[in-house]
Amino acid sequence: MARTQPVDRWDTDFDVLDAGYIANPFSIWDQLRTTCPVAHSDRRGSTWLPTRYEDVVALAHDVEHFSSLEVAVIPFDGDEPEDPVLLYGLPPISADPPLHTWTRRLLLPWFSHHRVEGYEELTRKLCVDLIHGFEADGHADAAVDYAQQIPARVIARILGVPPDLADTFTGWVRDVLEFADDPERRVHGVDGLLTFFTEEVERRRTEPGDDLLSELLHAEVDGTPVEESVVLGMAALVLIAGVDTTWSAIGSSLWHLATHPDDRARLVAEPSLMPLAVEELLRAYSPVTMARVVTADVEFEGCPMKAGDKLLMNFPAANRDPEAFDDADRVVLDRALNRHVAFGSGIHRCAGSNLARMELRIALEEWLARIPDFHLSDQAEVTWAGGQVRGPRILPVVFA
Amino acid sequence: MKIRVDPDKCQGHARCYALAPDLFVVDDYGQSTVIGDGAVPEALEDKARLAIANCPEYAIEEIAN
Repeated sequence: MARTQPVDRWDTDFDVLDAGYIANPFSIWDQLRTTCPVAHSDRRGSTWLPTRYEDVVALAHDVEHFSSLEVAVIPFDGDEPEDPVLLYGLPPISADPPLHTWTRRLLLPWFSHHRVEGYEELTRKLCVDLIHGFEADGHADAAVDYAQQIPARVIARILGVPPDLADTFTGWVRDVLEFADDPERRVHGVDGLLTFFTEEVERRRTEPGDDLLSELLHAEVDGTPVEESVVLGMAALVLIAGVDTTWSAIGSSLWHLATHPDDRARLVAEPSLMPLAVEELLRAYSPVTMARVVTADVEFEGCPMKAGDKLLMNFPAANRDPEAFDDADRVVLDRALNRHVAFGSGIHRCAGSNLARMELRIALEEWLARIPDFHLSDQAEVTWAGGQVRGPRILPVVFA
Repeated sequence: MKIRVDPDKCQGHARCYALAPDLFVVDDYGQSTVIGDGAVPEALEDKARLAIANCPEYAIEEIAN
């Protein structure tokens, strides 16, 4: 588990791995917004935590002062390898322009509306099969048996790697994101991912397929092939960014529907609300926080940010800001004015946002069509993960 | 009513396309543009306003009404 000391002062000594914060960050953000909207902590290096929508969006757009070269919310606490495989990190997410620009252009078409429609049938069948596996039991772990199983398999299809490795992928991704403050697990996850993708890349040099990995390997940018280190970084990114995040959004949405019978009944009765409801659930339970590194001393809202400081792009808190959203702490399924930034803001807008939305929508549609009435079997058994990605990890529900 | 998408502000969230697919097209890179000259049929004005109100980048503008 996370190594944390109790927090007394959220404005000067916050800890995003604090168990109370992971379970309920909302009241802490509400308090900070009115007293100290950009909090600070020295617990994992000097780090700033904005909580207002306006501030988070302004910081996300200032890519000159706030670089994406370090996006991990929990910094790596072990020895860096002497001979790193990923010379450029995970572009485009951990890159600034110009590397960001051309790697993003290579990736985006794979997650366009048009392409994502092509993955819809596969996703729907996957969801139906998963539900068939437990619907007769009258109970399930909506996180482990359902939410967690979906994104890894869809991503496997896009990358062109075997879907039966989904559980292995999930393990690596959790090691990298969720257990990031445990150096042994982080190294285990990174090594697993890189060894796997290095072998997959070698195989595709001689046997290319119609998948993302093959295309990246054979792509040319300005007449030059893409370096293998960039290809590996991009492949690892697609897996890391495409698994925990969407699974957490599906899990949080099911948690909401399990604990809010009025919303659940309304969504069952009015399925046409689903597109707006998906946006609202993304707003209220935004899973992802990213980090930035300050490139040069700068003052922001009276805060003296120093070069090398870390900044947490607190998109989840921005989306709960009452200055930006009426009744911000309430889920309004048909909310009409909803400029949420669950997928970020500015040039690093989540490249997989179309895919994530589709997966969330289909996962909820298929669940509600078969299991319209469900609730938590025991509130006390529910566990949440947090830090970079927030969502339920154990979510036992019962249904008729 | 007439609208346009500011190409420098659009970051490809595609909220406009999801809410009003009759008014916008989105290319492979997520870049959104209005269909035709951006003139909005009266029956779609509510949808156009919904798209404007949901763009996280404030990239959609009403240029005439």
